[in-house]
Amino acid sequence: MDILLILAYIIHASTPIVLVSLGELVSEKSGVLNLGLEGMMMIGAFSGFYVGYLTGNILLGIVASVLITGIFSLIHAFLTITLHSNQVVSGLALTFLGTGLASFSGRGFINTSAQSLQAIKIPLLSNIPILGVVFFNQNILVYFSYFVIFLILFFIYKTRPGLELQFCGESPSTSDTAGINITFVRYKAVVFGGMMAGLGGAFLTLADSSPWSDQITAGRGWIAVAIVIFGRWNPLLVGAGSYLFGALNSLQFKLQARGIDISPYILGMLPYLFTIVILSITSIKVISKRWGAPESLGNPYIREDRE
Amino acid sequence: MKRLTIIVLIALFSMIGCKKTNDQFKVAFVYVGSVNDGGWTASHDEGRLEIEKMFPDVQTSYVENVPEGAEAERIITTFAKKGFNVIFTASFGFMDPTINVAKKFPETVFMHCSGYKRAENVGTYFGRMYQAKYLAGIVAGKMTVTNKIGYIAPHPIPEVIRHINAFTLGARKVNPEASVRVIWTNSWFDIQKEKEAAYSLIEVGTDILASGCDSSAALVVAEEKGVKCIGYDSDARAVAKNTFLTAPMWNWISVYADIVGKAKNKEISDYTNVDYWNGLETNVIKLAPLSDLVPQDVKNIVTDTTQLIIQGEEKIFTGPLKKQDGSDFLSENEVADDGTLLSMMFFVEGVNGVIPLN
Repeated sequence: MDILLILAYIIHASTPIVLVSLGELVSEKSGVLNLGLEGMMMIGAFSGFYVGYLTGNILLGIVASVLITGIFSLIHAFLTITLHSNQVVSGLALTFLGTGLASFSGRGFINTSAQSLQAIKIPLLSNIPILGVVFFNQNILVYFSYFVIFLILFFIYKTRPGLELQFCGESPSTSDTAGINITFVRYKAVVFGGMMAGLGGAFLTLADSSPWSDQITAGRGWIAVAIVIFGRWNPLLVGAGSYLFGALNSLQFKLQARGIDISPYILGMLPYLFTIVILSITSIKVISKRWGAPESLGNPYIREDRE
Repeated sequence: MKRLTIIVLIALFSMIGCKKTNDQFKVAFVYVGSVNDGGWTASHDEGRLEIEKMFPDVQTSYVENVPEGAEAERIITTFAKKGFNVIFTASFGFMDPTINVAKKFPETVFMHCSGYKRAENVGTYFGRMYQAKYLAGIVAGKMTVTNKIGYIAPHPIPEVIRHINAFTLGARKVNPEASVRVIWTNSWFDIQKEKEAAYSLIEVGTDILASGCDSSAALVVAEEKGVKCIGYDSDARAVAKNTFLTAPMWNWISVYADIVGKAKNKEISDYTNVDYWNGLETNVIKLAPLSDLVPQDVKNIVTDTTQLIIQGEEKIFTGPLKKQDGSDFLSENEVADDGTLLSMMFFVEGVNGVIPLN
């Protein structure tokens, strides 16, 4: 079997995690931790599936899932930014609410599939040896995920709103003094994170030809949370981390199919084991520096309150 | 005035409630999954709905997505306290919780699915699914060209291993050259893992894909790659219109109707020996109708074999059989007893793959 096709599949299968973790990265950069990714993905997966299935139009499904999940994430924004409630609790609530709502609405659609996006070859790029097959014979959402990686990289480090975003996550009181509207910046970041989670969810139902089921996300939202930490809040590393996770996840089945007798339990642990190892190594390297987490991550900002 | 209205309303409603519950025979179901999982729990819930139709005076209730363990015990207790007459607990992990609660409610009948612990008021029920797996194996063995059949397996427990072995025996009965490659997902339901496993099996030359997991993800992959496939738990031919062959399925209606009927008439006073473990003869298991891809001669073999199994003339685990490592399992004409089947933790000859615990 062609190794390139396997790699191409890994890129495809990792894309939902890439999309969701990039959204979470932006939200966390602004200082808002959102543990509701799993729930938002479910909302995105179902609304995308539902609209796509009813209209037969995949694009409409994707747009619907992005909008609906964006609106859904406003719950988290309102609770944590406006009402200053605990971000962990609100995020968890969002996960349960989203998963429940999607499963409930999805009754009666089990094992039903919507239309699915097909791979489009990019004319020139797809002719590049090796890279062409792996990266440039994918569906449009995969291309979009490449674009978003670099877009966010540019936005965060090279633009003024991007710096303001980081500023809000590092030192909200200072940014407040500097005249940045923290509430507005954080709201935008959380909604963006929600939209990306919705897109990641829609990928599962509209680009992966998976039939609807109420466990369709299978914990990917949680993995995305871990990948943001693993990628140290850097879009490039987050993207790479997602692909690495996908590759390791795939490896356990490739080895079993070829009769390599390693216990599947060990193989199943590999991706997580690897995450732990990498986390340890990188933390030793930068032992003097900080981990890279936004300083005020998880803290609500209350003006004139002690931080 | 307002308060008075409320009190009157409450009184009215509670009277309605009392009347309804007092003279009805009540049956409860405790499910591990969701009733719309399109597989295991859905098949039990179909049985429950059928009970409501068959016995108009029986009221049924259920709780879905119940975690195995302490939470299950709490939910079973709640049902027992509310005066339910029969409580079905439909997952292996509910075994100990069921036994524990049953001790406190001697008047209530408990029926646990797939377990082996019984008591005076606790019976067990299950089905000989391996018979349907054997029939599916015959279809696979007949229809493979590469002689490589893939099997996506959930957890390495005797039930699943028994299924894989029966499937393999069926395939090799009609095609001694065939072998079955097993991939474990270590999960009952995980779309992504099942997909990955399916892709991996197709990559190594498998031309028939069988799933023992609950989702239909493997069938979607098979359809995409044009590889013939065999499902499990539900007739999901809609997701694999051009490649679906058949699927072994559960059908609990006969078991549930029998138990509820007997419990209503108080026919059984001691459940210590009540263990439903029937096969094709009672319809508790069945094979989804073979698709048009299956040639007529194969259909005939399946029909004939079904008859032989029902009449007891063909036993699936009959010697001479060898284990995967080449050692003897059963000698000539020796038939494996139920104890052996229920504790089966080894593969038979013809299965490629390891059982993780060994």
